[in-house]
Amino acid sequence: MNWTWFHKFGSPPHIYRIAGTLAPWFGWPAGLLIVAALYAGLVLAPPDYQQGDGFRIIYVHAPSAWLSVMIYGVMASAAAIGLIWRMKVAHAAAASCAGIGAWFTVVSLITGMLWGKPMWGTYWVWDPRLTAQLVLLFLYLGYMGLRSGIDDLARSDRASAVLAIVGVINIPIIRYSVEWWNSIHQAPSVMKMDRPSMPMDMLAPLLMMLLGFTLYFAAVMLVRLRAEILRRERSASWIKEALQ
Amino acid sequence: MSEFFAMGGYAAFLWPAYAVTLLAVVVNVITAQRAHAAARAEARRRLEMETMPEHER
Repeated sequence: MNWTWFHKFGSPPHIYRIAGTLAPWFGWPAGLLIVAALYAGLVLAPPDYQQGDGFRIIYVHAPSAWLSVMIYGVMASAAAIGLIWRMKVAHAAAASCAGIGAWFTVVSLITGMLWGKPMWGTYWVWDPRLTAQLVLLFLYLGYMGLRSGIDDLARSDRASAVLAIVGVINIPIIRYSVEWWNSIHQAPSVMKMDRPSMPMDMLAPLLMMLLGFTLYFAAVMLVRLRAEILRRERSASWIKEALQ
Repeated sequence: MSEFFAMGGYAAFLWPAYAVTLLAVVVNVITAQRAHAAARAEARRRLEMETMPEHER
């Protein structure tokens, strides 16, 4: 088997260039999708028969919760690739994910609290889903703390990668918490094996938001990855070209 | 219009939820771009140091 593609894929100058080319191609469609979804979700979608207009919080809560979990998956996968194949760019990619993931975990918690108060009568309960999501935030913070606490880059990469991989256990707990335990949190209405249990005019804005947020993450992460690569490649000769 | 902003009585919960999401979206774009610009500036500074004659460093 020819492995040149693999080495080329792992080469920092190549990734730096590709990331710069791709970022706007993710960023602009993301912006358009999110703006369109805002209009569709806040204006066009009908109010819910039980929750009235309050249900519209779903259009910011579900996408940020999705990002918080999806980004963790990307981060842990990149960390695993970095550990197994000793690919530095993969470690750089994992490091670029953490800050964004932590932000959207906080957003999912806050928007969830703001949705919980009018619907459940409380901002917070120590419910399995809510608690697992809080653990996710601590995993992100622990990952970032560990990275900044170790000066040697190679050691920092390895130690934080192990933490990220161990933390993956929390992902199925978040996903299935609402089925395994008697949770106050509702079960999934879109991401499940069955058909989504929502009418199309409510579902379409949500799907647009989910796609928009995913593309948005890709764009932001690629820009962060470029910064991370530049910081790591201290004296590489290709940087001279890249700066032109 | 005011009916739209009232959000059927959920305005006090809905708009802060949208505001905090918007904040996260904007802040992450700005910090990513700043980090990249700072890394480029730092790399450029290092390059200039390296090409400078020994006695001027």
